[in-house]
Amino acid sequence: MKDFEPNIIGFLCNWCSYAGADLAGTSRIKYPPNIKSIRVMCSGRVDTVFVLEALKKGADGVLVAGCHPGDCHYQTGNYKTNRRIKLLKKLLKEMGVEPNRVRFEYVSASEGQKFASVVTEFVNELKKIGPNPLREIK
Amino acid sequence: MSKEKKEEDVGKNKKLQVAFYWAASCGGCEIAVLDVDEKILDVVAAADILFWPVAIDTKYKDVEAMKDKHIDVCFFNGAIRTSEQEHMAKLLRAKSKVLVAFGSCACNGGIPGLANIANREEIFNVAYLNNPSTENPKKTTPKTMVKVKEGTLMLPEFYDTVKNLNQVVDVDYYLPGCPPHPDRIMDAVGAIVENKLPEKGAVLAPLKSVCDECRFEKSEKKIKEIKRVYEVDKLEDKCLLEQGIICMGPATRGGCKARCLDANMPCTGCGGPTPNSLDQGAKMISALASILGIEDEEKMSDKEVEALIEKVRDPVGTFYRYALPAALINRKVMK
Repeated sequence: MKDFEPNIIGFLCNWCSYAGADLAGTSRIKYPPNIKSIRVMCSGRVDTVFVLEALKKGADGVLVAGCHPGDCHYQTGNYKTNRRIKLLKKLLKEMGVEPNRVRFEYVSASEGQKFASVVTEFVNELKKIGPNPLREIK
Repeated sequence: MSKEKKEEDVGKNKKLQVAFYWAASCGGCEIAVLDVDEKILDVVAAADILFWPVAIDTKYKDVEAMKDKHIDVCFFNGAIRTSEQEHMAKLLRAKSKVLVAFGSCACNGGIPGLANIANREEIFNVAYLNNPSTENPKKTTPKTMVKVKEGTLMLPEFYDTVKNLNQVVDVDYYLPGCPPHPDRIMDAVGAIVENKLPEKGAVLAPLKSVCDECRFEKSEKKIKEIKRVYEVDKLEDKCLLEQGIICMGPATRGGCKARCLDANMPCTGCGGPTPNSLDQGAKMISALASILGIEDEEKMSDKEVEALIEKVRDPVGTFYRYALPAALINRKVMK
């Protein structure tokens, strides 16, 4: 398992987390290149279908990141996604998929450092969990 | 009687040649055909039933002897979980001009599809070995082939994973419901008789969700906490979801006239996903989580949110009761 490099899909909210990721880049903070970022207008836009589809198509982990509580540009989108991801994790557990493959984090526009450490931590965790078993199930 | 008929003749002036078959199903779909009451006489007037194991004495070899596309329409109910069912699905596909997936099991896997949270070994263990009412000292479980003095005995293979019909053969139309509403059956039969079928692949049910047909008054969706039906003392005359009962209505295709709601029971999702929805359960998870605890969401701690979510006892059985094989993650990952 030494050579396993996890493939992560990141759904980042336009107003906070994507800007946070941008800041990580412009500040030249180093973090693993395993994440493919998709910008969404709000973490509340992330349907659980997106997360399942990413896993189904072989992503080893899915990161959903949004604004801190109280900071959502659309007032309350992040609260909804927080609950969705929690319920989705319960489903994944029942389906024998490690719930830790899905992660919800609050990352603000000023938290470049936090974004980098979230990704680093996630990559390390996924390396321990191993490749996504759904990749083989057709 | 129609064996010598030329293919073009069939279905024009002649009676419609129809077949029914059941695979992994409970038999309710067969009964649903009779639920159309006296209209069954119209069906019989318009159609010859060539094959219907539950009602008439026909054999597999009768079907095998038919020319390809000899049957005009085959209504196929049930999911596919054994090699026999797969064989019959392929055989009837070849012999039928139009193949209709009839009922939730054929459309989306249905209740038998919930077996996908286990595999053959686990199912056999419970069914034949380890349960309080079974005595099986020789530990006999079904085998595909057993040699006895008299010769070799064969049984169909029991698969690890239950599939819906379109995962095995090409399906022309889908008629969901557990069982399909008699009106939907008659609509489908009418469309077939009058040759007014929609384009291939269509679901023969309305585009709107169950909520559209539900009699309850609906207002702004907010849920304080999730309750199971027995936990509600007095049911109010309004949307069950708003009263905290998980009702799959918003994520489920209508056409059933919301009959369960008429009996004060929540929708459990037999109509399958709404149009253009990839995954019925995930859609419901998104919808439910969005309105759960919405009033105090800004003040709620993560622990309190977790406690709210914890009240959903069985996500797979609740959100995928009839559609697990058709879901994005369609079986449990076995360790």
